[in-house]
Amino acid sequence: MSDTQLTLDPEVGDGYGGPGEVFGHTLRPGELDLSHKVILYLEDITVSFDGFKALNKLSLTIDAGELRCIIGPNGAGKTTMMDVITGKTRPDSGRVFFGQTLDLTQMTEPEIANAGIGRKFQTPTIFDRLSVFENLELAMKADKRVRSTLRARIDSEQQDRIAETLDLIRLGDQAHRLAGLLSHGQKQWLEIGMLLMQEPKLLLLDEPVAGMTDDETERTAELFLSLAGRHSLVVVEHDMAFIRQLGGKVTVLHEGSVLAEGSLDMLQNDPRVIEVYLGR
Amino acid sequence: MNFIISHLLSLLLLLVTTSAAAALDPAVLRDLASDDSDKKIAAIGELLASGDKQAEAVLRAMNDNALFVANDRLFYRVDGKALDAATGAAFPDAPDYADSVVVNNRVRGKLQNALAAFQLFNPDRDARLAAAKELQSNIDSSLIPVLKKALTLEIDPQIKKLLVLAHAQAKLHSPDPKERLVAVRTLSESNSAEVKSLLLSLLQKNGDTYAEPDPTVREAALAAIKSIESHLAWGEALSNVFSGLSLGSILLLAALGLAITYGVMGVINMAHGELLMVGAYTTYVVQNIFRTHFPDLADYYVIAAIPVAFVVAALVGMVLERLVIRHLYGRPLDTLLATWGISLILIQAARVLFGPQNVEVRNPDWMSGSIEVLANVVLPWNRVIIIGFAVGVLALVWLLLSKTRLGLYVRAVTQNRSMASCVGVHTGRIDMLAFGLGSGIAGLGGVALSQISNVGPDMGQGYIVDSFMVVVLGGVGQLAGAVWAALGMGILTKLIEGWTGAVIAKILILVFIILFIQKRPQGLFALKGRAVYGGV
Amino acid sequence: MEVCDVKTTTFSRTPFVFRIAQSLDRRAWIALVVAALVAFVLIPLLHLAIPADSIFHLSDYFITLGGKILCYAIVAVALDLIWGFAGILSLGHGLFFALGGYAFGMYLMRQIGRDGSYQSDLPDFMVFLGWKELPWYWYGSDSFLWSVLLVLVVPTLVAFVFGFFAFRSRINGVYFTIITQALTFAAMLLFFRNETGFGGNNGFTDFKRILGFSITSPETRVVLFALSALALMLTLVFVNYLMKSKFGRVLVAIRDAESRVMFLGYNPLWYKLSVWTLSAMLCAIAGALYVPQVGIINPSEMSAANSIEMAVWVAVGGRGTIIGPVIGAGIVNLAKSWFTMSFPQYWLFFLGTLFIVITLFLPDGLVGLWNRLRRMRGGESA
Repeated sequence: MSDTQLTLDPEVGDGYGGPGEVFGHTLRPGELDLSHKVILYLEDITVSFDGFKALNKLSLTIDAGELRCIIGPNGAGKTTMMDVITGKTRPDSGRVFFGQTLDLTQMTEPEIANAGIGRKFQTPTIFDRLSVFENLELAMKADKRVRSTLRARIDSEQQDRIAETLDLIRLGDQAHRLAGLLSHGQKQWLEIGMLLMQEPKLLLLDEPVAGMTDDETERTAELFLSLAGRHSLVVVEHDMAFIRQLGGKVTVLHEGSVLAEGSLDMLQNDPRVIEVYLGR
Repeated sequence: MNFIISHLLSLLLLLVTTSAAAALDPAVLRDLASDDSDKKIAAIGELLASGDKQAEAVLRAMNDNALFVANDRLFYRVDGKALDAATGAAFPDAPDYADSVVVNNRVRGKLQNALAAFQLFNPDRDARLAAAKELQSNIDSSLIPVLKKALTLEIDPQIKKLLVLAHAQAKLHSPDPKERLVAVRTLSESNSAEVKSLLLSLLQKNGDTYAEPDPTVREAALAAIKSIESHLAWGEALSNVFSGLSLGSILLLAALGLAITYGVMGVINMAHGELLMVGAYTTYVVQNIFRTHFPDLADYYVIAAIPVAFVVAALVGMVLERLVIRHLYGRPLDTLLATWGISLILIQAARVLFGPQNVEVRNPDWMSGSIEVLANVVLPWNRVIIIGFAVGVLALVWLLLSKTRLGLYVRAVTQNRSMASCVGVHTGRIDMLAFGLGSGIAGLGGVALSQISNVGPDMGQGYIVDSFMVVVLGGVGQLAGAVWAALGMGILTKLIEGWTGAVIAKILILVFIILFIQKRPQGLFALKGRAVYGGV
Repeated sequence: MEVCDVKTTTFSRTPFVFRIAQSLDRRAWIALVVAALVAFVLIPLLHLAIPADSIFHLSDYFITLGGKILCYAIVAVALDLIWGFAGILSLGHGLFFALGGYAFGMYLMRQIGRDGSYQSDLPDFMVFLGWKELPWYWYGSDSFLWSVLLVLVVPTLVAFVFGFFAFRSRINGVYFTIITQALTFAAMLLFFRNETGFGGNNGFTDFKRILGFSITSPETRVVLFALSALALMLTLVFVNYLMKSKFGRVLVAIRDAESRVMFLGYNPLWYKLSVWTLSAMLCAIAGALYVPQVGIINPSEMSAANSIEMAVWVAVGGRGTIIGPVIGAGIVNLAKSWFTMSFPQYWLFFLGTLFIVITLFLPDGLVGLWNRLRRMRGGESA
């Protein structure tokens, strides 16, 4: 593990490489290359719907292990940006790179997910008619092709991992309830749990604490902070208290491009940011 | 008044025709009965040339196989009476059994030509027109004198034009190359496929010689063929486009209501076809009421049927919405099944009420008949009127949706139901009204359908797939999309039908739509942006 | 976070959900054995060994009706697989059923041999059309094995190609439903044409033999009945297995939140496509078993009404359950036989009302109703 350039965190970053892989970076196709400590590049992304530019030459860089918050007024393009990263929307122009090598604009949603990007939607999207346990089981990192799901059995290790996650998201006693019966906050947590089961390298979280109680929000912040470093996180939020809690760098989006970037305190005194939030 | 004029005219014709009063030449009549077809044909020619009324009567009888030979004399039977062929006087000693004069195909052709030629002098314009049309094919030089005579008398420009063409055809084999050249040039105005093949036959080679010896005539013939071909192509394209428009207007009437209900509520109403049926049966009932209660106005029942059908279908639709569909909101597949159930009940109800057979809905007089745009383009009135009707319905719907408060609400609910509900739109009521509107439009479609196709319990079944295809193709919630899709589908269907037949055309269209949706799942006129994504 | 090798499939402790599944399985096995005894022993005995005048004798009519309903039940289970579990309503299953029927019907037509009314080697309808030889797609149809292969391959291929394009462009919900209906409609038009070479309006009928045995003999009937029962049982066992596997849970997940499934790294295309194709294949097998028992196949099998009726079998029994579709197919078809004999004019009223009542009041069908009643009586017992 001498080559720290290879991955920021040897335990997480090398899901594919074995312990023997210590010399420089020998790239395999389709593999995440974090050699420049950057996990996500967005370059001049433009997306327009019927002439309306949802994203306008947006450029953004997320470092490996970083916890980044993104704020911005409604219609600033936050959700569209996530759509572009996860392959749901194809940009009209611009490039999106995951690590140094993976061009996300050429990949499908499942491919992107398998490459290591997890996404949490604005409204919790879970499988209502499956149990909490089954939700986590489906999310778990595994071979996700049809043939293997036909034979898949859960081994004890996986069992333990699900149990761990259940504890983490405090749904241990709800494991066999139908997910549809959970409260809104619990669903949010379940979705976060599913994201963790995916073992993504980059987590995109769209308003993760919406509808949570203060207590739940607090715990979420703690969870995210514990994840940062090992994972990269991009959090879109409106809740300033939550963002303050997370610390980290904050990016302000406005009309489809980056308006400002920096610490929350700095931004709160930035006249342009104040203008955008209050000036209308 | 008409009566007098027509009598004057026939009097005039009698004066013009030569031997009016004299009996027919017995020698000619004998030839008519001879076993030799050539003699028969010559005799027909002579009788035609005579222009005699009696000659026409004899030929007509011959054509009806009612000309008989008895003791070397000819007689014919009309309405059971035996008449002398020569004079038209009663023929007293007619035997019960006599041999009728044999008419083979060649002779019959001549005979029919001759009879048509006689009709050229009929005082009735339509009869003359029909005769002139019939003479466009199978013409020969023996008719030239008659045609000339008819041309001098004819005043109607349309008939005159046809006569000129017929005359030119007859002159094609004139021994004088100049006459032939004139004839060929005249024929380039024609737009009939028969004239084209006639001209083509001039260009045929027999060994070393052409059928037409004169090179200038041949050249003119070639030019004439080209010109006819372009006329023909135009006519064909025009009729294809027209039948496409006609089909498109029907599809539009069937799909417009569906586009509204699907757009507003996102439910597929499988009973939509049956609402068409309700409209058609309403038309039938209105027709019968008019027949028994207002026989004087019977011809205008369709006008009365329009609002009645709208209201009846709209009421049926609103009842369905209140009783069933409302409870299935957000479960589109269940709605599909439930509305299918409704359609089964409606079909069976129609069978019980009106019987399983098709009922008769008669076109009013002002909707029957046709207008002739070109010789090979005949547009039936009912189709023309229905295209106009569809345009009218479309205009009304457009006005309703874009200019009224109801329309505003309907559009609001279509685009964003929850937001509309938040700003105080009573979505439940809008659903009901929109469903009523969609159903009412289907009722109007039913009125139109009743005028061109069978009215029976199963009539609606055939339309649900087609009309949904229109909605899919057009894009949900898009009125303009539905219009273009309906017309496009109509015209495309008719064009393909031209070279593959109806069934294959239909299959190709369906395949085309399936492929089209591959490329543009949102239809022709897609809503883009957030609306498409809905709730994630 | 630990890195664990997810590819190990060693079986260890069975989780709670699976224990429920297994307890159900034991009951299911008992049910299967009972069903097998009835279908393979009791009913054949009652039909063949009991004299016709005894009240215990089962008539030809019963055997045929029973065999028919068994085939319908297979169709219902197949449809439930795609609709109940994956949430995709198909109105194209009439097509796959008919294709299976036609593929096997070709063999049956060839088995008539020279016993047709024209005493020709060609099927009667071809003689009637003035055809001199078999079209290319009829080659090999005199072989039983080839025909069975056609039954298995052709409808499956059609389903695969159609499904691939439809699912690839993410045609969902009602759109998919209507497109399948359009597909079936197009196929029906095609089969109605005489030139297509499948007997036009009349389709195939007047079968005489199957593998050389008379098709109307009681023994043949019983064998066909038993085969249908066997096919149904195998289908049920297989579907049960599928739905208890992770594959089944992915399908349910796709039904609930397809985009989430995608962002978890599953490609829904292949899941939908495989279950869709499997479902079509089951339908085709049912169709192939149906034709020799009923003795006729014609394009009306592809009418929209037929496919929708299949959906109502599933809905009546209970979608998303394994046994529901079987119950639904049985009840609706028994009702249909009874109505069409006793009150033919009320059948459509009944069927129409059934569609409405089930969707409005019993969305989970009879199985759902049963579960609800049991829960109401006994409370929730572990």
